[in-house]
Amino acid sequence: MRGWVLDMSIARLQVLGDLRVGSVVRIRLLIQHSMDTGYLQNVLGQNIPRNVIKTITCHADQLEIFRVDPSSGIAANPYFEFSWRVAPVRSIRTVWVDDIGVEGELLTPINLLINVPTKS
Amino acid sequence: MFKLGTVNTSRRTLLAKLLSSLDLSLGISLARALPLVGGGLSLFGAESTLAQGMYSGTLRSLSDLVDPLISGAPLSKSRVQIEMPLLADNGNLVNLAIKSDLPMTQDDYVEKIYLLSQRNPVVQIALFHLGPWSGDANLNTRVRLAGSQFIVALAQTSKGKFYYDKFDVIVTESACVDGS
Repeated sequence: MRGWVLDMSIARLQVLGDLRVGSVVRIRLLIQHSMDTGYLQNVLGQNIPRNVIKTITCHADQLEIFRVDPSSGIAANPYFEFSWRVAPVRSIRTVWVDDIGVEGELLTPINLLINVPTKS
Repeated sequence: MFKLGTVNTSRRTLLAKLLSSLDLSLGISLARALPLVGGGLSLFGAESTLAQGMYSGTLRSLSDLVDPLISGAPLSKSRVQIEMPLLADNGNLVNLAIKSDLPMTQDDYVEKIYLLSQRNPVVQIALFHLGPWSGDANLNTRVRLAGSQFIVALAQTSKGKFYYDKFDVIVTESACVDGS
């Protein structure tokens, strides 16, 4: 059980594009979670109880930039890609919680491009 | 008895690991595990069907899906687009993209995007909350599908308008059942 909880903390957030204030970048978020629907069985024929992530929230400093409420209709290891208009912040903090109450958190530092000329 | 190495391990490799880790002293567990290899329902069939007691009776119509959400507001099939494969081999993981050209300004933006399913036991696949800080309303995700059906993406703007798109997808192997 303990190993499973450790797996919960595995997540990755990637920012695609130039981190210039005002430009729109794509953010990819991948969380390792089995998203058990409650309809499947394990190899011994026992029911695997439902356990899915209820809420995922991304905050850039204090401002919420993305929130999703998944259900068991989202595939295992939920993946989300969304856009963000870059604001002058220091980090993106992602938190999520699942049905049995296990919470996860991921802190991604944001290094803004300042005084870097644009590629022509 | 055995460890789940990663979340992604498939059922088939799990079975192989389980069977190889069992010796003869665990004969009872072996006897319970073996019927699952060959189709699965022979030894304790009643138990298995109960365990998969999933509701997927009638197919829902479009108004069944959207009416509780829009409550009479105007709805138009435009400006939102779903992109996903026409034929999904495996319903357990289907890529899905929602594209939209709706404005994302301070006074007019997409507030919520609902992703709804016609046949899944859980109607609402996901609910996305966006805002003017999003820049645009394009999303990618991966969904589970319990059989061939249509998927609806319903966008709600801050001005109370609704836009949707419907996409028919054929699923050869449904999620929600043990396929291996």
